[in-house]
Amino acid sequence: MADKTIIITRFDPDQDEKPRKQEYRIPCEDHWKVLDAVNFIKDEVDPTVSHRWSCRMAVCGSCGMMVNGEPKLTCKTTLSDYGDRVDIEPLANFPIIRDLVVELDGFMHKFESVKPWIIRAKERAEDKASRHPEKGTFIQSAEELGNYKQFSMCINCMLCYSACPVVANEPDFLGPAAIALGHRYNLDSRDEGTEERHDIFRGEGTVFSCSYANECSEVCPKNVDPAAAINQAKFGAVIDWAKGLVLPRGGTN
Amino acid sequence: MDVSRHDIVIVGGGAAGLRAAIEAAEKNPSASIALVSKVYPMRSHTVSAEGGAAAIAREDDNVELHGYDTVKGSDFLADQDCIQYFVEQAPKELALLENWGCPFSRNEDGTVATRAFGGMTTKRTWYATDKIGFHMLHALFQHSMRFKNIVRYDEFFVSKLLIEDGSCRGVAALDIRTGEYSTILGRAVILTTGGGGKIFPFTTNGTIKTGDGMALAYRAGVPLKDMEFVQYHPTGLPGTGILITEATRGEGGYLRNSKGERFLVEYDYGVGKKAELGPRDMISRAIVQEIEAGRGFSGAYGDYVHLDLTHLGEDKINTRLPFVRELAKVYIGVDPVTTPIPVRPVVHYMMGGVDTNIHGATEMPGLYAAGETACVSINGANRLGSNSLTECLVFGAAAANHAIDFAKGSSEGNEASLRAQAEEEAGRVENLRGRKKGGERISEIRRELNSIMENACGVYREQSTLQAGVGATAQLRGRVADLRLEDESKVFNTELITALELTNMVEVAEVLAVSAAHRKESRGAHTCKDYTTRNDQDYLYHTMARHDPAGPRLGKKDVVLGKWVPEERKY
Repeated sequence: MADKTIIITRFDPDQDEKPRKQEYRIPCEDHWKVLDAVNFIKDEVDPTVSHRWSCRMAVCGSCGMMVNGEPKLTCKTTLSDYGDRVDIEPLANFPIIRDLVVELDGFMHKFESVKPWIIRAKERAEDKASRHPEKGTFIQSAEELGNYKQFSMCINCMLCYSACPVVANEPDFLGPAAIALGHRYNLDSRDEGTEERHDIFRGEGTVFSCSYANECSEVCPKNVDPAAAINQAKFGAVIDWAKGLVLPRGGTN
Repeated sequence: MDVSRHDIVIVGGGAAGLRAAIEAAEKNPSASIALVSKVYPMRSHTVSAEGGAAAIAREDDNVELHGYDTVKGSDFLADQDCIQYFVEQAPKELALLENWGCPFSRNEDGTVATRAFGGMTTKRTWYATDKIGFHMLHALFQHSMRFKNIVRYDEFFVSKLLIEDGSCRGVAALDIRTGEYSTILGRAVILTTGGGGKIFPFTTNGTIKTGDGMALAYRAGVPLKDMEFVQYHPTGLPGTGILITEATRGEGGYLRNSKGERFLVEYDYGVGKKAELGPRDMISRAIVQEIEAGRGFSGAYGDYVHLDLTHLGEDKINTRLPFVRELAKVYIGVDPVTTPIPVRPVVHYMMGGVDTNIHGATEMPGLYAAGETACVSINGANRLGSNSLTECLVFGAAAANHAIDFAKGSSEGNEASLRAQAEEEAGRVENLRGRKKGGERISEIRRELNSIMENACGVYREQSTLQAGVGATAQLRGRVADLRLEDESKVFNTELITALELTNMVEVAEVLAVSAAHRKESRGAHTCKDYTTRNDQDYLYHTMARHDPAGPRLGKKDVVLGKWVPEERKY
């Protein structure tokens, strides 16, 4: 048990012109995560502090915040690793709604824009060949699963957008998580939508805007490695485009 | 106030709600489907499920076996017609989920792999390493985005059902971001808000699991069914209550006491050769008994036993149980490759919920429910692990199917009168915001509620503590009406949301305590020290609790029996 000063960014658009900082001196248990400190303040000291959280087991993705300037999943970040003063801010590179709560509208729009679902070229009825005859499930080898599995592990915590130097300058940049998600479907043996997504990836503010700083992969709490996804997606989009130059109709077959 | 019109309004964006939305959107592409959730759908608590989802997949399995396992697991309180339908639909539903992109783990031939689970005769639990809930939720959410007729209301808190002439015709919802109320009208409403594990202090549930849908239906006069049956999962991490999946035992893990014994093998706990793969109610009781016999370990966060995976080897743990390894390392400082994991029984799931029929319909025209918030019932007095995710899919789809048909023949309702109801609700909640004249603190009431429920409705129960719980929850119902709130802001006022949730929790808790106190027998997860055996003569029925200003009013509903005749439950 040790006392710490927790500094929380406060912002209420009805009252504040810009975000301000508020300090709370609280007793902190040794085993606490950073989220436990924020919850303690909310429950016992100042119920007006607003933040998001739910699962407290690093899988729902709600509780991303800046901790001493770095984007962190606060339920997975050990408080005792920090010193006497811990500065907790809303995730960088997002508009603030209130206190530690940021706006997801742009993120959700980017997320949906990569068509994150299985696209099949043919109708289901003609599509039986690739599936198990009775069960209706696709056959997918362990290797095929392994091709995309890592990129399917994103919990949408948005830490990578806070860390990304490109997002900081170009808020419309499609960004790490959305590109990794689109790429995840491109790599899925059940999917036939690569061409559509590569068209999206060749647009402005997508894969080619990435400066390959690798910050996204470094902050990812789930080791998704979105930087690798972006690099692979760049390559794929270029190859697809080049094929289109020499072969009619995209040359996908 | 904003008024919007849809055909179907779904409240809750987890597995059941998303499956319902997809079904409704596909069945009637011209229908408008509102998906209203207090969190973004990918934050829903479905995300935390780990082990897998059950459906027949192997040659050695069939409807008879999955059905019987489920009936027996329920201690014969489940409705057998619902179970028959459930086990028949389950493989089709999981195949759809596979087609929609869920990254299921695979056999060598590329077919979907299955693993063993508690109380199941054969391997029928489809899995995605140990993160099925996460992958299921994200596959459903992402698939739902292709339907343009699904309109999402993200971070809207529904606080009232709008009812006209006895039919449910929409909801009043607080837009958390702006603090403004909306009237969201629909020809049918489907509740898919999950359970209410947060009424207990020690639970696997996330903080959003506050029984909202149950309380909404209950206040509207719809009965809650079998609320006394609360599932304690045998293996939660001491302190946090974080779930360590049953798949650890499905993959060969052992439970050991402080003498190093596999106590489920060494002592007779009724699980027979199933040992660690017995049903959850029995294993949770066995752990409590081991601890009471002095064969547990003591720790800062209560007594516990060991979940030993060390003999599985690092490769198997990494390929089958990587999330368990991560959770154990991060949240209790133990690497299961080398060291057993401390575990103790933890509140996990509510078998009870909003009373529905086999189609997910409640007794109120236009109101449906599915998933943990509903009680169909396929789970009876004890749910088998991995049946609940499949239940979300099977009955989410069924409820949507019937809601779409119902919506075709139902009128839109009188907009002015429904809007007036929503405005009245907005006024009530407006008075609660920043209510400084109140005398009760949210965190204090929640702490007391948690303590009452743990004392009254634990793994073992008895009349004296149950009756105390009944009195104490009734008293809390009075006190929760006098909350003191500090936050006057309209924008993202989480204190206000917490106050509304706490009211729901107190209501659900009172129903739970009253239902539990009335059932003077031991059946499934409801185990009484003073009534130690199952009593089919007097209690083979569903408990039905109806709202009454004086407190829950109990009634009965027949259990639908069938080919599986109640017998002594031994494994």
